[in-house]
Amino acid sequence: MSAEPNIRTLNIDGVGISARADQTILETAREHNIAIPTLCHLEGLSEVGACRLCLVEVKGARRLLPACVTRVEEGMEVTTHTPKIDRYRTLVLELFFAERNHVCSVCVANGRCELQSLALTLGMTHVELPYQYPQLPVDASHPRFTVDHNRCVLCTRCVRVCSEIEGANTWGVMGRGAQSLVITDLKEPWGQSETCTSCGKCVQVCPTGALFEKTGATSKVRKHPEFLPYLRIMREGE
Amino acid sequence: MSDVKTLATVWLDGCSGCHMSLLDMDERLIELSSQFRLVYSPLVDRKTFPEQVDVTLVEGAVASEEDLKKIRKIREHTAVLVSLGDCALTGNVSAMRNMCGPQPVFVRVYQENADLQRQVPSVGVPPLLDRVRPVHEVVPVEVYVPGCPPSADTIYQVLSELLAGHVPTLGGVAHFG
Repeated sequence: MSAEPNIRTLNIDGVGISARADQTILETAREHNIAIPTLCHLEGLSEVGACRLCLVEVKGARRLLPACVTRVEEGMEVTTHTPKIDRYRTLVLELFFAERNHVCSVCVANGRCELQSLALTLGMTHVELPYQYPQLPVDASHPRFTVDHNRCVLCTRCVRVCSEIEGANTWGVMGRGAQSLVITDLKEPWGQSETCTSCGKCVQVCPTGALFEKTGATSKVRKHPEFLPYLRIMREGE
Repeated sequence: MSDVKTLATVWLDGCSGCHMSLLDMDERLIELSSQFRLVYSPLVDRKTFPEQVDVTLVEGAVASEEDLKKIRKIREHTAVLVSLGDCALTGNVSAMRNMCGPQPVFVRVYQENADLQRQVPSVGVPPLLDRVRPVHEVVPVEVYVPGCPPSADTIYQVLSELLAGHVPTLGGVAHFG
């Protein structure tokens, strides 16, 4: 072993912490039971820093930084909760709710939705921004699964799991900004996709009711994203 | 100021589920009943909204001209306005027609699905607004109570605090859906 120190010492919320140099602020904070909310992050997938819920304050930085893609540095001073950060996080959540048609009461994921529970834990009781009510498609052409774009938050977990774990690269993103859509192949109906292996990993990692299995009863919709770190290890062992 | 507060409840564009949940408080309603007088509600007979009400619970979204008129009047005569449930807070199911506007809904309900008299009613019913709106988009709201419907426990908590003169916040307590 080289004597090169691979450890960084930093400060999160006033607590002195050491971490490996290749760790992110998010990983380090969670190892020490410091809560930072996330939506696009999922253990076992690469990080994209898309949802902006994990924004934290780093002393000396001119703007808030996403904890999931910011590596720890020596002497870093991180604050995970301030009135400003909380306000930004609530605003981010409001943007998600206002952008598409999230109707919790009639959603297959009601009670098991990460967006819904984030609203609860971050104390968002209503949306001040005007709702957009876009007209978005639902693709139920696949024999086992459905994609309802009304409930999609564009976290790209489906895209990443399909590429990084399953290796099928069926899912992709088209369009820009609020007009973006997750698509199968070149926007073929999901049921006609030639690359999809019907493994269902995308459904398991979807944080909302955008991707769901056709089970007949919403009470049966249970997702199991916890298998991912294991699959990742198995793939890397190849 | 007496300790007994005046309470009103209104039902705009919703399913009455929030009122059912209110009644679901069961014997706790009796416990609270000495602290309020129900002066206006679908549950009582009075036809006009009183001059001044301490607390008004609003169920439902603002979907018609009548809802709009009602909620403005209610706001004017209410000290603490409470958005009760997801329809009042978000538009919820009532607002699902906003994706297409009211016209396709009229066609579906009154023409395609009707056996007799296939026509859109226009007499004796209030015209629908182009867009269903949450209550706070129309008038200021003091308290937001999420849920479809909010549980009886949540409503009990809210009502107890309001009757004790506090303004509760439901962040971290009640969720949408």
